[in-house]
Amino acid sequence: MKILVCISKAPDTTTKISFTDGDTKFDESGVKYIVNPYDEWYALVKGLEIKEAHGGTVTTVTVGTADDEATIRKALAIGADDAIRIDVLPEDAGQVAAEIANIAKEGAYDLVLLGKETINYNGSQVGGMLAEHLDMPFISLAERMTLDGTTVTLDKEIIGGIQTVEAELPLIVSCAKGMAEQRIPNMRGIMAARKKPLNVVPSSNAAKQTTFEKYALPAPKSAVKLIDPNNMDELVELLHNEAKVI
Amino acid sequence: MSVLVYVNSNGEKFAKSAFEVVTYAKKIGDVTVITNGNAENSKLAQLGKFGASKVLVDRSFDGIDDQQIMRMIATAAEKVSANTIIFSDDLIGKAVAPRLSVKMKAGLVAGANGVPEADGTIPVNVFSGKAFGFVKVNTDKKIISLLPNSIQPEETGSDATVEEFAGNAGETRVTVKETKLPEGDIPLPEAELVVSGGRGLKGPENWALITDLAKELGAATACSRPVSDSDWRPHHEHVGQTGVAIRPNLYIAAGISGAIQHLAGVNGSKVIVVINTDEEAPFFKAADYGVVGDAFEVLPRLTEAVKKFKASN
Repeated sequence: MKILVCISKAPDTTTKISFTDGDTKFDESGVKYIVNPYDEWYALVKGLEIKEAHGGTVTTVTVGTADDEATIRKALAIGADDAIRIDVLPEDAGQVAAEIANIAKEGAYDLVLLGKETINYNGSQVGGMLAEHLDMPFISLAERMTLDGTTVTLDKEIIGGIQTVEAELPLIVSCAKGMAEQRIPNMRGIMAARKKPLNVVPSSNAAKQTTFEKYALPAPKSAVKLIDPNNMDELVELLHNEAKVI
Repeated sequence: MSVLVYVNSNGEKFAKSAFEVVTYAKKIGDVTVITNGNAENSKLAQLGKFGASKVLVDRSFDGIDDQQIMRMIATAAEKVSANTIIFSDDLIGKAVAPRLSVKMKAGLVAGANGVPEADGTIPVNVFSGKAFGFVKVNTDKKIISLLPNSIQPEETGSDATVEEFAGNAGETRVTVKETKLPEGDIPLPEAELVVSGGRGLKGPENWALITDLAKELGAATACSRPVSDSDWRPHHEHVGQTGVAIRPNLYIAAGISGAIQHLAGVNGSKVIVVINTDEEAPFFKAADYGVVGDAFEVLPRLTEAVKKFKASN
């Protein structure tokens, strides 16, 4: 079983977001990067669980520059066998999906896992795009997955509920909460990660289909209006007449 | 300009997001809707009120398989020469739109929160709602998926014509074994009113405080991350940076301190009410209305007040 897990970096969830260069660029100064939580907690750990139960290898793939290597090493420390970095700045989901598709085709993976979205761009785009490039079935927002031979059974979120579906390998799965439990790398894992292969491959110069022209921050909220905890009629009245939301 | 909109027409009624995407598309061009399944023509024709001139319906399949829907939309896009395709950024849109983007070589703007700006860029939510971005599409064709609750549906027209359509959807490679749709629950991402509880409620046995108020208001229920991590509530109720991001008209948070990760998921809400015993809780800074008090006392009072209000209005 050859498993490919797509990993990207994202600013730590406590990051205060600001922009620079006339609001055209994310201000990276002082920002601590982490492995995108959905990629790490759910996709990578699920990949490792499948490998532990059924044998095989777990390879990570990242589209990024040398700045991404710290987060790639973290994924190796958690337990991936080796890593591939496609050496180009990721600027667009279409570009990222096309780059990864080349690698995935070459490696003939049985299972491609990725997080349901990144916490910086929240596009939830790469999985579906990859599925189309590779002509594979795609299960989006899966929260449970079991394997029996080449048959995979999954629970996925649908509007207003959950659907249990079945599909055959090879398959692409985007992973949501519930899929696996976060693993903290131990010292042995961290030491071993230093020696694991991290292969840097050139980009295929895939086209960028979209460009972020500028950014903006939401307008600050005006001061909170405090309501007497004994007077909930007043709150309801304000929500009706002032805020007009009920 | 010809704009094609995908709408899910399964179920008894349309989701509000169906009217939102048609209204949105009408602001861009001449709207054709594409859908599949067994919905009655009279139901589909309603979409004309929101600006659709025509509804194409493929009766050959009724599922939500991403590949079948994608093929059907691609066929329809060719038929009506559409250069812009609109989805709701819901769970179907998230699966289908990226596939279609590759198939049609069309740039995808995911998570749009408004109509295109004067310079043609499209506003989207980024950093889990902590900021906005403005996206330019570099391809001739474009796909936009619109976040639920981003615009108000507008009734401007009359019934649309409905036409049967062969979308060449092909086969599915995914077998549906079981579909569970909890009854009476309002899907969180589309809810206009949301009542949410945090660790301050002390345990799942106290959740009636939240659900009673939600029921009285006709609201969906949500929770903070520690609550879903402790399995007090299901994962899909977790709102925040690593859960779902929502933008209801009203978000009532009880016993939630308002960590930056939680705020990221809810700061698109129009009005925020915070109930917390700690007047220093960071959430009050993001709130429109605040109640410094014990949720165990305040929530039942609020539920009563809503009941009284409903009786007299």
